[in-house]
Amino acid sequence: MNLHAVKAIYHFEMARTRRTLLQSIVAPVLSTALYFVVFGAAIGGRINEVEGVPYGAFIVPGLIMLSLLTQSIANASFGIYFPRFTGTIYEVLSAPVSGLEIALGYVGAAATKSVILGLIILATAACIVPLRIDHPAVMLLFLVLTAVTFSLMGFVIGIWAEGFEQLQLVPLLIVTPLTFLGGSFYSVDMLPGFWRTVALFNPVVYLVSGFRWSFFSLADVPVGISLAATLACLGACLALTTWIFRTGYRLKK
Amino acid sequence: MTAAITVTGVEKTYASGFRALKGVDLEIRRGEIFALLGPNGAGKTTLISIVCGIVKATAGRVLVEGHDTVSAARITRSLIGLVPQELTTDAFETVLATVSFSRGLFGKAPDPAHVERVLRELSLWEKRDTQIIALSGGMKRRVLIAKALSHEPQILFLDEPTAGVDVELRRDMWAMVRRLKAQGVTIILTTHYIQEAEEMADRVGVINGGEIVLVENKAELMRKLGRKTLILTLEEPLPAVPDRLVRDGLALSADGTELAHSYDAKADRTGITTLLADLAASGVRVKDLRTEQSSLEEIFVNLVRTAAP
Ligand SMILES: Nc1ncnc2c1ncn2[C@@H]1O[C@H](COP(=O)(O)OP(=O)(O)O)[C@@H](O)[C@H]1O
Ligand SMILES: [Mg+2]
Repeated sequence: MNLHAVKAIYHFEMARTRRTLLQSIVAPVLSTALYFVVFGAAIGGRINEVEGVPYGAFIVPGLIMLSLLTQSIANASFGIYFPRFTGTIYEVLSAPVSGLEIALGYVGAAATKSVILGLIILATAACIVPLRIDHPAVMLLFLVLTAVTFSLMGFVIGIWAEGFEQLQLVPLLIVTPLTFLGGSFYSVDMLPGFWRTVALFNPVVYLVSGFRWSFFSLADVPVGISLAATLACLGACLALTTWIFRTGYRLKK
Repeated sequence: MTAAITVTGVEKTYASGFRALKGVDLEIRRGEIFALLGPNGAGKTTLISIVCGIVKATAGRVLVEGHDTVSAARITRSLIGLVPQELTTDAFETVLATVSFSRGLFGKAPDPAHVERVLRELSLWEKRDTQIIALSGGMKRRVLIAKALSHEPQILFLDEPTAGVDVELRRDMWAMVRRLKAQGVTIILTTHYIQEAEEMADRVGVINGGEIVLVENKAELMRKLGRKTLILTLEEPLPAVPDRLVRDGLALSADGTELAHSYDAKADRTGITTLLADLAASGVRVKDLRTEQSSLEEIFVNLVRTAAP
């Protein structure tokens, strides 16, 4: 295991985060605060509480997941796409590093950043609405697992993309709709029967449900199933990453 | 075992269907400076990229210090430093950060003293905290060299190191190459400038159209280069070289009108005086004379032309 390489990539990526602190932390925090104001205040005026939880607090786990997902993908995809775009990837490709080590460095940094971001948003939310966390350890577990899974997905997208448009394509066409339909702002139980069934095919529903359970002990699906679904997503992304490095897909001519 | 690199039957067909390498066999000796000479598009960068693991060969294999570059990639890659042809550098990182990054990437523990030495040798130490984007092209090239040397490679590839480079950097670079050679580093440089190969290399390989057309000691090439031919046009054609004139390096043209005497222009005795005296003694009358010299450039152009499809 080339640990020096993993560290080098990780530090390189974290340094990039520090340089772009404004875009990487401040912007998502600001937009999440806006969601609170719009959804919490506007809709919260009509729906007082969901299953005994004030609506403002009820949407917090979903909103954190929303940022976590989009930011993990954005960070990790950009982190690996940019060196491909500028050509500096030659150095990583010629170095004595395995695919696993490259992924550890890039994905580890992107996930770290997402977890930090999630915690900052959580702190921000706690300042705006009264919040309780019933199962902090499970909360952290979901936070980390989700950050890693979607950073891996972003990493795969960054390797697959052949241009900046494609880099935006998957997040825009697939991830954003899935998150919005993933029960961030409502309980899946509130949907009519047919749509409820459809929603159960959306992996994000499981993430949000499990994450929300760690706060309020409330869940759309049993927390064990949420965890299993999250791990399955992680496994799928890991398999895809392994395949990419075994074949040199889009990396080597 | 003295080969630093052994390339056997390497072929490369790009996804476009273009055959960039058509079965290359090449051996680079440990500790030598090898110049790979060839026109643009000959396949130099492709060959280097295959050895370094950036491009996958379609066929053939490459050994670095006896290790296969595919099955033992971790070993072979840690032995190699690559200075790429294109100026591909990070932008917002500092010089020191990017060079330290390279060292870590190649699996070496941090060694600030070594990094400082490399940066000083390349006159980059004063610029260590500058963002790369703010550097001139020549400085960026120095950064690329520093990155390649950061992990103390035993084999160094310089892909067209002097293309678009100022005189000062060229001089620094050659001084550095000699210093590395003295430390036992094997150096492979590609170029399309013949003088560069002449100046620096121990051996020269010529590649054209994806094929190695010649590999020779530079000294041998220089000997060819140093050879001149004295051509004597005779008044009367000769049926054969008269006995008295027979010697090494003398030949009669097919029509008997010209005698060609090939000699080493740098030798103490060229044999010209004796030849002229013997000609007079044999009664052979000379109408005209001229000398010809083949330059490395000429040898190269001829090779490339005859090898072209
Ligand atoms: N990725 C690629 N796809 C298709 N053809 C390529 C690619 N890279 C290089 N080539 C072609 O292969 C040939 C050899 O290129 P290269 O190895 O860069 O030559 P050199 O370095 O000697 O100038 C050129 O004709 C070039 O156009
Ligand atoms: Mg080239």
